[in-house]
Amino acid sequence: MAQDDNGGSDLAAADSSAVELVRAGDPGTAVLLQDPVENPGFPPHRKRVTDKDPKKNKRAERTVYTLFYLSIVGSIWAIAAYMLFPIESNVGQVRANTLFIGLGIALALLALGFGAVHWGKALMADHEGIDVRHPVEGTPATQARAVEIFQQANEESGFGRRTLIRNSLIGALVAFPLPAVVLFRGLGPQNQNPADLLRHTMWKKGTRLTKDPSGVPIKASDVTLGSVFHVIPEGLNDREDMLEQKAKAAVLLMRLKPTDLHVSPERKNWNYDGIVAYSKICTHVGCPVALYEQQTHHLLCPCHQSQFDITHEAEVIFGPAKRPLPQLPITVDADGYLVARSDFHEPVGPSFWERH
Amino acid sequence: MSTTSAAPKAASNGGFTAAAATYLEERTSISAVVKEFGRKIFPDHWSFLLGEVALYSFVVILLSGTFLTFFFQASMAETVYNGSYAPLKGVEMSAAMNSTLNISFDIRGGLLMRQVHHWAALLFVAAIGLHMLRIFFTGAFRKPRELNWVIGFMLFILAMAEGFTGYSLPDDLLSGNGLRIIDGMVKGLPLVGTWISFLLFGGEFPGTAIVGRLYTLHILLLPALVVAFIALHLTFVVVHKHTQYAAAGRTQQNVVGYPILPVYAAKAGGFFFIVFGVIVLIASLFTINPIWNYGPYDPSPVSAGTQPDWYIGFADGALRLVPPGWEFVWLDRTWSFNIIVPVLVLGLFIVTVAIYPFLEAWITGDKREHHIADRPRNNPGRTAVGAAGVTFYAALWAAASSDIIATHFKLTMEGVIHTLQACLILGPIVAYIIAKRICIALQKKDRTIALHGYESGRIVRLPGGEYIEVHEQLDEYERWRLVSFESYQPLMLRPNSRGKITASNRLRAGLSRWFFEDRIAPVTRGEIEGGHGHH
Repeated sequence: MAQDDNGGSDLAAADSSAVELVRAGDPGTAVLLQDPVENPGFPPHRKRVTDKDPKKNKRAERTVYTLFYLSIVGSIWAIAAYMLFPIESNVGQVRANTLFIGLGIALALLALGFGAVHWGKALMADHEGIDVRHPVEGTPATQARAVEIFQQANEESGFGRRTLIRNSLIGALVAFPLPAVVLFRGLGPQNQNPADLLRHTMWKKGTRLTKDPSGVPIKASDVTLGSVFHVIPEGLNDREDMLEQKAKAAVLLMRLKPTDLHVSPERKNWNYDGIVAYSKICTHVGCPVALYEQQTHHLLCPCHQSQFDITHEAEVIFGPAKRPLPQLPITVDADGYLVARSDFHEPVGPSFWERH
Repeated sequence: MSTTSAAPKAASNGGFTAAAATYLEERTSISAVVKEFGRKIFPDHWSFLLGEVALYSFVVILLSGTFLTFFFQASMAETVYNGSYAPLKGVEMSAAMNSTLNISFDIRGGLLMRQVHHWAALLFVAAIGLHMLRIFFTGAFRKPRELNWVIGFMLFILAMAEGFTGYSLPDDLLSGNGLRIIDGMVKGLPLVGTWISFLLFGGEFPGTAIVGRLYTLHILLLPALVVAFIALHLTFVVVHKHTQYAAAGRTQQNVVGYPILPVYAAKAGGFFFIVFGVIVLIASLFTINPIWNYGPYDPSPVSAGTQPDWYIGFADGALRLVPPGWEFVWLDRTWSFNIIVPVLVLGLFIVTVAIYPFLEAWITGDKREHHIADRPRNNPGRTAVGAAGVTFYAALWAAASSDIIATHFKLTMEGVIHTLQACLILGPIVAYIIAKRICIALQKKDRTIALHGYESGRIVRLPGGEYIEVHEQLDEYERWRLVSFESYQPLMLRPNSRGKITASNRLRAGLSRWFFEDRIAPVTRGEIEGGHGHH
């Protein structure tokens, strides 16, 4: 009879005509056959060719010790290769060094491995052994003794009886790791709020747009129709926190025909004569959106294939990103160099909880 | 007492070895261990080697990794590269990248060890994955091994964590972009994301702390956990004794195979060297992770076709398959469902994997110990669920290469993504149905062969002119493999003692029907005796 683990007999196998239980435990809905086929017992042992033919036996022995000697050759060769193939002047030597030391070690290991396995399979006695399984649980006597020990410990300590002691102990044990949790606040700098940091970049009014990575300022007249520039703010390379700033401030600059751009009224003066600048950091998870397709004016993120349409203010046309790439408002200064009108008007890069 | 009297005699007879053994015995009582384990039996099957591959590649990882720690500098301090690799001379980079280049180009055998370490890591995760599939499809996770399944599952997660922390260490462009993706994912998590990213990177991304922190995880905390879980895993293998496949003479009450000393020691020990040798062979012939081609990390450039190591692919693919527009502002907060949903889906998937043994045990209600591994066909429901899971994982995994698939086969990016989205939803359903039907068909074939024998290829003309093919009967040993399995019946829903049908029982009965409604009963003795007459 199948027993549910609630202790009730509310569930049963559709056919509960179980025969006598051979194995301990409830079979659940397993069907126990009335007349199962009987296990025929072990088949007669079949001798290996190395057991029957002394020649084959000899040959197997030769193979095994040849492999072991070969292994020694491999090891010696690897040591020799270390000296014969030094790395002194060029990259080609690195290749030879790696290859020849590696092949020596590989030979040593493989010959050793195959030799041992062949010895085990072909020469060692191949009579299978049989171990008897016992139920994993201990014998009833052992289990009873374990229960008895716990009861005795409980009595002798009064753990169950002295509830004040027990409860205060549990309280202390819960409380003692808490200071460690607080200590981990130190992983990030104190007195900084990450959400505030993420809202600003290095760009501000008048910052020149310069080439990535050289830092050479870009004149508007250098930006020909259809060209793309990877841009960083002027002075980035001198910053201590160069990588952190670059991770937010990297920009892509493109020049399109002004007639191709669909500019919303509030961004009218954000481009300069068809030159537009957009954050290069993907609004999905922050990869650089580095692939520009000149004909369609689409930007593609190589990490997760979000696509942005530059003619429509970098709105998302495909992929997992939701928000358009933030636009950097630009103009030219008196010398004709491209400069930022301000910082981005929204946080760049991946979304975060406090973004709004 | 008997040892003390016997020991001097053994020492005088056996020379140095016996003397050493006696010395050790008198101080450790090691004979008890030898007595207990020396002739312990391990059953043989190729599929039992998968776990061994995982174990041995971990040993290789430990050895090669220890070598690498002697040279690697886990620091993001700015340095200028001045090593042998000419194209990067004079380039600013972190000490981590610099030292990794030095290991590759200035230390003899250094590149070999780096490649051994990386290839072994790839093999480690792959072997764990295949080992888990073997356990799953043969039902070797059933009582008493459910907890060991969970321990193995923990090892799988730890192995992936080890892999990710490891390949982020060189601080090259590829690994930096990987960390950037992790940063973006973490930031997308509601409530805590921004702060977790801030604390993880020690400030704003990328910061100067992450490599050192990952290094501590990679060489201290995670390996300690892996070693502890492996010890636990193997202890349970000893406690439970290994499963075996059905064969004549093998029962639920015995283990049939070779003793540890000498055969198993020779074969398993030899196999360790074969695994090690294959890894070294691959490492000496094939480049892996050529960081010198990527250059140091810089948040601005990225190369097209970037790929994580293979085992992270399914997570990256999950990010790619999210349809456009899954992000909202609500209650003045940003809800990035394009991050939250894939994280939840992956979480649900791996939790299902972890708890599957308990689910199946609940459905069948079977409380017996199981030591004979199933043939996958004999549990069509489980095998079909596994096939569905593999297909789900495969769709996510393929998605991590969506761009490469598109460029390689000249397809549109959108087309590839839409196809994979369809595969992710429909693929598991199709795989489930096909796998279940194939299992049932194979069971029918087994049944026919057990009852009527196999086709001998011998055509005989009967006196009446009719041609028949003679069927040969199997011998009883071969037949045993085909008939020695159990099937389960669907549960019948009945009210409990209070006359109620609870929702959980309804669910259990429903799942039971789903698993076991279509089933082939094993052949009985009566059927075989009756069947002999036919041919």
